[in-house]
Amino acid sequence: MTGPMLEAESVSVAYGKVEAVRGVSLTVAPGRLVTVLGANGAGKTTLLNALMGVLPARGVIRFEGSDLTRLPVEARVAQGLSLIPERRELFSTMTVEDNLRLGAFRFRGKPGGGDIDEMFRLFPRLAERRRQHAGTLSGGERQMLAMARALMGRPRLLMLDEPSLGLAPLIVADVMRTVSRLRDEGVAILLVEQNARAALQIADYGYVLDGGTVVLEGDSRTLQGDARVVETYLGVLAADTDPPGRAASGR
Amino acid sequence: MDATILLLLLQDGVVNGAIYALIALSLVLVFTVTRVILIPQGEFVAFGALTLASLEAGTLPGTVPLLLGLGALAFLADVAEARATLTGRVLLRLCLRDLVLPALVAAAAWILAPLKAGLLVEILVTLAIVTPMGGFLHAVAFRPLAHASVLVLLIASVGVHLALTGLGLVFFGAEGSRTPALSDASIPAGPLTVSGQSLWMIGLTLAIIVALWLFFSRTLLGKALVATAVNRLGARLMGIAPSLAGRLSFSVAAFIGALSGVLIAPLTTVYYDTGFLIGLKGFVAAIIGGLASYPAAAAAAILVGIIESVASFEASAFKEVIVFMAIIPVLLWRSLRSAPVEDEE
Amino acid sequence: MPTRLLAGLGALLVVALPFLPGVPPFWLTLMTYAGLSAIVVTGLVVLTGVAGITSFGQAMFVGISAYATALLTLQGGLSPWLSLPLALLLAAASAWVIGAITLRLSGHYLPLGTIAWNISFFYVLGNTDALGRYDGLAGLPPITLFGHPVLGGAEALLLTWGFLAVSLWLTHRLLRSRTGRAIRALKGGVVAAESFGVDTARVKIVAFVYAAMLAALSGWLYAHIQRAINPTPFGINAGIEYLLMAVIGGAGSIWGGVFGAVLVTVLKDQLQNVLPLVFGAQGNFEAIVFGVLLVLMLQRAPDGLWPLIARRSVAPPPDRGPAAQPLAPRPTAAPGTVLLEAANLRKTFGGLVAVNDIGFSVAAGEVVALIGPNGAGKSTTFNLVTGVARLTSGAVRLAGRDVAGLPARRIARLGCARTFQHVKLVAGMSVIENVALGAHLRGSAGPVRGALGLDAAEEAALFAEADRQLARVGLSACRDLPAGSLALGQQRIVEIARALCLGPTLLLLDEPAAGLRHQEKQALGDLLRRLRQEGLGILLVEHDMDFVMGLADRLVVMNFGAKLCEGAPATVRRDPAVVEAYLGSAA
Repeated sequence: MTGPMLEAESVSVAYGKVEAVRGVSLTVAPGRLVTVLGANGAGKTTLLNALMGVLPARGVIRFEGSDLTRLPVEARVAQGLSLIPERRELFSTMTVEDNLRLGAFRFRGKPGGGDIDEMFRLFPRLAERRRQHAGTLSGGERQMLAMARALMGRPRLLMLDEPSLGLAPLIVADVMRTVSRLRDEGVAILLVEQNARAALQIADYGYVLDGGTVVLEGDSRTLQGDARVVETYLGVLAADTDPPGRAASGR
Repeated sequence: MDATILLLLLQDGVVNGAIYALIALSLVLVFTVTRVILIPQGEFVAFGALTLASLEAGTLPGTVPLLLGLGALAFLADVAEARATLTGRVLLRLCLRDLVLPALVAAAAWILAPLKAGLLVEILVTLAIVTPMGGFLHAVAFRPLAHASVLVLLIASVGVHLALTGLGLVFFGAEGSRTPALSDASIPAGPLTVSGQSLWMIGLTLAIIVALWLFFSRTLLGKALVATAVNRLGARLMGIAPSLAGRLSFSVAAFIGALSGVLIAPLTTVYYDTGFLIGLKGFVAAIIGGLASYPAAAAAAILVGIIESVASFEASAFKEVIVFMAIIPVLLWRSLRSAPVEDEE
Repeated sequence: MPTRLLAGLGALLVVALPFLPGVPPFWLTLMTYAGLSAIVVTGLVVLTGVAGITSFGQAMFVGISAYATALLTLQGGLSPWLSLPLALLLAAASAWVIGAITLRLSGHYLPLGTIAWNISFFYVLGNTDALGRYDGLAGLPPITLFGHPVLGGAEALLLTWGFLAVSLWLTHRLLRSRTGRAIRALKGGVVAAESFGVDTARVKIVAFVYAAMLAALSGWLYAHIQRAINPTPFGINAGIEYLLMAVIGGAGSIWGGVFGAVLVTVLKDQLQNVLPLVFGAQGNFEAIVFGVLLVLMLQRAPDGLWPLIARRSVAPPPDRGPAAQPLAPRPTAAPGTVLLEAANLRKTFGGLVAVNDIGFSVAAGEVVALIGPNGAGKSTTFNLVTGVARLTSGAVRLAGRDVAGLPARRIARLGCARTFQHVKLVAGMSVIENVALGAHLRGSAGPVRGALGLDAAEEAALFAEADRQLARVGLSACRDLPAGSLALGQQRIVEIARALCLGPTLLLLDEPAAGLRHQEKQALGDLLRRLRQEGLGILLVEHDMDFVMGLADRLVVMNFGAKLCEGAPATVRRDPAVVEAYLGSAA
């Protein structure tokens, strides 16, 4: 085992006086796929944004041993982190091709960035739409473009926020396969998902957030076995048992 | 007013409108990329004109000490900004950009000014003096306010305008200046004569527009600026720093402003505070274009130029009033078709 | 030091100035000017600090009034006291026209417009013969007080600061009134304000007109104290200076405005003495200092200097005692009456169909939950019903009336109140005032009654209602705390209290359980059950199935913008399609 790639220690994020994330610690080892699950408002998106530097956070965030906590987003991008946010944040009035080109901006035209043709092989639908504006794409195509754009930056850690959001089941399966394949190619992945089954099926390890704190973590197989507990925290089904009591022992 | 006069006024309007178009384009660029409504754009125009006039007269322009001072302030601001990641290499780069570059430009101006090296050289020196000021101003005044609202940025922008106008008075005095025309040629065209100066103005305006278009559509850096304007967060996630985009757009604005000053200096006497009114007319055009569309802003600028030239013929004392009133129908129209209610960021 | 003590001492010092031995007359004049500016800046505090909109053109309203009173007294032969209301009216009318043109547009059009118009105004003054061109008008009569003309010096100082005191008092009353709360509500977002019936565009115009009238008061005073006017003090630079005063002092409080006015006036005088010596020439050099100061303040102390020297606190609203007469009760609906009927709702964004043929109804005394995974179109549906988003096609009937296309504030009038997924309270305002905002439509006092304090009975009734609703949700203990200091769960409950203040028959809740912890969710569930028992119809959009299962009478499940199924919780829970939509098919 090598050391962790990403390490967050008691990270907290507050909007004014309301703390959305409270003392969350997590690690992602190289080449692993880690998922963060939780109900709406549990703090998943806030956590990812804090790790990426979009939101200011307290605590310590380390990437490959170096302290990122006070670095701006751009500096974290330069170190090899990448985030595909929930709203995708594509350049809607620019072409698919230009979106991809800007994905490799951190290399400033020097070699090292991704190859557009390779992306088109990976996502053939994008090749058909290469001269179209990103704003004209369908939901699934947007997610593909967001992933391809992020991959153009050759990230070593890719964070995805709800990649299945608003996508039809077939496309969700597609997206999950791609994420899984990236992990196999050596990219470490931190995946935030509400689609718990799909996420746990491809993940190595998982964390469950509730009320801004980690209430449960473990190997994805363990979590899958503990499905009822997980689902209660996700607000999916009425619980027959009283889970919060068991949560503490879940760690 | 007969047809010849009308044609004359139209010609005048188009030529003035070309300048307003340049200013409006840079205002739209700066606003879409940084959300700053760049009131001091007019000062770049005045500085460009007055710097050229100084060089023409063989004296060291007052903008030279201003450039050195702004560079030093920008250096301090940059070091403070980069303190989390400050390395020797970063420090060296900042030093070169904020201290050495202005010093080299100042040295060039100091050597070339008494030589009266000719109009072309003087124009190049003028552009070299004023252009870096844009980036420096961004670093000193606006980058620390990156998270502020459009309104706060606007108030800061007015503050910068106030300070620069005052400094203009200190460095250039209350006297106005005028420079010789870029060309003495005049070409007869029907009932009119088109001056070489007018052709230069329209030609250079078109050249700048084409250059901007090439920059935005053909270069990675240009596309990065467009990307920042389209989606600021998306751009940051690609590693495009807002400070880079801000510095770049402010520098382009300063360059275009200085060039506008160079073009307008032979037509009118420029004082230290002349730029404000010229800049505001660019604003009228930019606002008509909704502060978002380049072609609409450029077209509106030509219209503003024509309104102004007709107004100055019909009621010269009130020409500014008439030009500014031109935005009322536009605002009214925009107001009537605006969305009902939306929260602003 | 407490704000009031500090401000009181400062004001006392200024007013005592004429009676202190050895004070040079020049200082009396300077403080008179400071007082004149402070009146203008008080208006800017309402505009910038409270309403969040800005004008660089207040000097124009000062000028409009000064020139109006000059013409009326010089040529009309009116006494200054008669010309005062006319000058105020003229300024108010100009502000109303300018506001009507620009205030519906996004925030930066008004300040940009005011720059252009103030410059135009200056040129008009300087080029109009009837206004004396750049020489201006002279020989204005002084203001007479009890038959005694006020001729500068100590008398002018006291008169000016007397008017300033009146302005501050009126402003204080206005901001505490129903209209004032609506102005302050703009900070919580216009969507929220509209949702409980505030016409935000009108409220902005009221703030702008009020600020213009204070500027006009200052102009009238100036004209008759100076007794000669020319265009210079009404140019754009003066307008910028007023804003500088507000920013330096602190636009968040009226005392900050007064402080800024005094500080900048004194500073300007000192700079005008010193700077020409430094630069060896005459000129407008203080502009450099002011410009730099403006930028530095925004960077380092955006709330101004006043909060740094005076302790900042959210003052609780005055205790108005028991209401003599409670608010008129709002109509209620018999249990089972259908309140809301949505049929064939459809919304497309570009080519994307976000909501596709959705229909449901809510009756009095029942809880209906709209559920579905993220991105299913629940929030969009909610916005369609509440008038925030426009329907592409379909119909929404509220209490039997077709409300498609009506703005949110009109829908509120029909007894439909809502809360927000991302809490929209005014963070700096006390909890009870936030709740009282919800009763906006149940009062009628306008800005004039509010400023003059003629709204006491109505205010007492509004606050009694707000207290009642706060007690109903069990948060009376938090009454006087700033809303922003509460925990998220409590803030959501405050929003419900605010919604209840409207006296609704239908309550719409947007993800009320999001971000809440287990116990908070239970408390919320209990509250909603109680409200249902009292006959309210409740529609909630929710992601959390666990939360709605034990609460809702009926569920409408959405996925991909369309209705997946509808029915009682037990039926829906067994529906495999629902479980799959939530958990996803195992890929």
